[in-house]
Amino acid sequence: MSALEPERRTLLAVDDLHVHLGASHVLQGVSFAVAEGGVTALLGRNGVGKTTTLRAIMGLSPRRGRVTLAGEEIAKLPTHRIVRRGVGYVPEDRDVFAGLTVEENLRLAERNGTARYDLVYGLFPELRERAGQRAGTLSGGQQQMVAIARALLNENRLLLIDEPTKGLAPLLVTEVARVLEQASELATILLVEQNLGVVHRLARDAIVVDQGRVVHTGPARPLLEDPALVRRFLGVSGAAV
Amino acid sequence: MVGGALRLALRLGLAAAAFGLLAVVPQFSIDTHGVFSSELNSPGTLQVLALMLVFGAVALTYDLLFGFTGLLSFGHALYFAVGVYLTAIATTRWDWTLWQALLFTAAVALLVPLLLGAVSLRVGGIAFAMVTLAFAEAGSKLVNQNPRGWTGGEEGTAVGNLPDALVGVLNTKHLYWIALGYLIFVFVAVNWVVDSSPGRVWQAIRENEQRVEVLGLQPFRFKLMVFVISSFLATAGGVVYALLIGSAGPRVTTPAFTLALLLMVVIGGTGTRWGAILGGALYTFLDYRLVEWSDKAFIRESPDLIRQPLSEPLFVLGTLFILLVFFLPGGLAGLTLPGGRRRGLRLLEQSVRTEPTTGTVEDEADPGVEART
Amino acid sequence: MSTFVLLTITGLGLGAMYFLIASGLSLIYGLMGVLNFAHGAFLTVGAYSSWWLSTQLGGVGSDVLRFLLSAAFGLLVGAVVAALVELVLIRPLYQRHIEQVLVTVGLSLAMVAWVQATWGPTERVYEAPSWLARTTEVFGARVPNDRFVEIGVAAVVLVGIVAFLRYTRYGLIIRAGVENRAMVTALGIDVRRAFTLVFAIGGLAAALAGVLSGVYFGGSIDPDRGTSLLIFAFIVVVIGGLGSIMGSAVAAVLVGLVQQYANYYGSEYLDFSVLGDLSVVLMLAITLLVRPSGLAGKWSVAH
Repeated sequence: MSALEPERRTLLAVDDLHVHLGASHVLQGVSFAVAEGGVTALLGRNGVGKTTTLRAIMGLSPRRGRVTLAGEEIAKLPTHRIVRRGVGYVPEDRDVFAGLTVEENLRLAERNGTARYDLVYGLFPELRERAGQRAGTLSGGQQQMVAIARALLNENRLLLIDEPTKGLAPLLVTEVARVLEQASELATILLVEQNLGVVHRLARDAIVVDQGRVVHTGPARPLLEDPALVRRFLGVSGAAV
Repeated sequence: MVGGALRLALRLGLAAAAFGLLAVVPQFSIDTHGVFSSELNSPGTLQVLALMLVFGAVALTYDLLFGFTGLLSFGHALYFAVGVYLTAIATTRWDWTLWQALLFTAAVALLVPLLLGAVSLRVGGIAFAMVTLAFAEAGSKLVNQNPRGWTGGEEGTAVGNLPDALVGVLNTKHLYWIALGYLIFVFVAVNWVVDSSPGRVWQAIRENEQRVEVLGLQPFRFKLMVFVISSFLATAGGVVYALLIGSAGPRVTTPAFTLALLLMVVIGGTGTRWGAILGGALYTFLDYRLVEWSDKAFIRESPDLIRQPLSEPLFVLGTLFILLVFFLPGGLAGLTLPGGRRRGLRLLEQSVRTEPTTGTVEDEADPGVEART
Repeated sequence: MSTFVLLTITGLGLGAMYFLIASGLSLIYGLMGVLNFAHGAFLTVGAYSSWWLSTQLGGVGSDVLRFLLSAAFGLLVGAVVAALVELVLIRPLYQRHIEQVLVTVGLSLAMVAWVQATWGPTERVYEAPSWLARTTEVFGARVPNDRFVEIGVAAVVLVGIVAFLRYTRYGLIIRAGVENRAMVTALGIDVRRAFTLVFAIGGLAAALAGVLSGVYFGGSIDPDRGTSLLIFAFIVVVIGGLGSIMGSAVAAVLVGLVQQYANYYGSEYLDFSVLGDLSVVLMLAITLLVRPSGLAGKWSVAH
């Protein structure tokens, strides 16, 4: 919804989203829009509600408010129906099925006859080699590949990706960023990411959340390149790049 | 603080008034209009009333375990049965005096739960429920086996060596007062322990056992403590029940009886004091009266398909219970409590999970899980 | 020696029934986190449905045909009742585990009371093919034929469940769901269908145990059958490790054997016929002290 590019349509719109977990009011009326195409980053300090926002959009956290996908209301739908409308989800801690093999993890994600195994194995040749290995025995980076592969297997309009580089070695971070760049040509991505270098490389727009509310929206680069804004919104000193 | 003291005084006053009212019941010959089978102070009515008091109290001992600490035991009947059977066996088979029998029962009532609790509390959640059920089943089998002819097997065994004041229909009112005394004792004891510092730890365990551990306390010790206290009080209830009925029968050892205790507490209001007592009393009342009501003309003349199940109190009670869980999960007390009708049960969510030591399947979508980023 | 052989095969027959009940309990608990207290009631309802049909069939066909028909009917009723229970009573309480357990408790009491009200509290004669009551000689022991059927059926069910879990899409969904239900739904799968399915499978297996118990216990069924077997099935599930099918199978065999041996030798030499039942509870206690997570030791279905 950047003013500079008015022709881009809104794919996902979140309006006045509230989430209560136990006694705490985690999301206090979050509203934002994600334009179609490219990567939009969801930023903020630890514990401000980024993961909860993604989970609430997915219907994995009990939520109140409006969420529309390409104009259609999805906030009342159960999770599996939201997914079937073309939303892929890569959760924070990967959540691969440890007791299942890599191949089984992917097979579980098949939604219809059009599973794009060529695409997935093309992006992650290693997964083809390890198809019969139990996902629980994979390294963290390999598990992340499985988690991303599950989301890319189907043709999705929107991917919600939560901290894909968390805990990965620098080389793997670059690798994941490369894959996400390619993925962003296939679907719109809403990305939660702490590594601001990755965000700078991928994101066109940025949304900043603080204490359960959106405090800033706009193009990603100007934000990340302004040390004062970065310090104010993200609590990191100095510019990201 | 003034408000708190006032509330406490009010609560004590209400409790005293209620117990006082109950104490004078045997003095009044009031027509019960079919609620009971005869007038209020007839021996028959007094016995049902006394049973209601006993089970009200026993339900409260179970609530201490389940509602206040989150320990879903399916074996509470065992400790009740210990009281029932030891009273009968010691006074008849061994020909002890009632006092000797009571002393011995009290000792056993501490040792057995200490031993069995120490074993079954090694696991939590659902596994704990199953293990306590297994122990109760072992007790039930033992009673039916009739070792040395002590328990009398299916027939049961009578209570003997009773003082004159407790024998005969005319003395039912004395038994009624004993039952009331037992209820008051349990009520005071539970109020006292729940508000004591271990009581607060129990309630913390109910909500989050790991957090208690992080605080440097050992949940196991506190759980064993509440297990022993609540079992001991239940055994005392068994003694009163044996005096009241005058015999011991295998019905009190069955799994159905243990489940009945759970039903009582949930009907009244899990984790509440008055609720549990009301639930136990109401359940007992229905259990005794439903059979007679099902003999009423309009039911007797209805087709078999309706008449037969309605003549089974457990069918009616079980069905009512299911409806209650759906529409009034907080029980009768939930009608009056602030904080939602589900409050009592919501606090127990973790009690039906399996404890951390065996690993858990965490339901990510559960409301009430820790807030995440 | 011949007594020992007889006890062993009889114990395995008993273990077979325990396994049939425990496998359903394990699947349901593993996937949904629900301890299904009504499982014994499924068994009782299945057994009585089967008995009811056999009384309606009169002299139709051979006794084997009548038995198979009525057994099939019992299994169908068990599966349908279980699926309905899931759809009508369990599903609306999704994610409210405590209420789900309570509902199954109420159901177990109400269903058994209903059976008792309809068909009486005393036992009913269950007609089985005469071949099942005859004996076959094994190492000098005269073993009733039904024992082999029970063992065979349980073995087939075990292989069937493992194959189902390993080689079908629903099996894959169940295995994944046991690990993380939420993530299964986040892959676009309606995991609730798998819930209904495991209830139906569990109800079917329980009804199967009910039918076989009619044969095993000398051709009779009674309303409390389900509840009393259920308790030992619970013990099996805890000893085997909650949620593990293989653990349940091993524990079922152990429990069945120990119970038979100890019951027999207890009443033979000690005049104490419940020694077996007590030994099983003792076994449970020892398991908890030594290995609180059960034999399988971790959460796993089908391995």
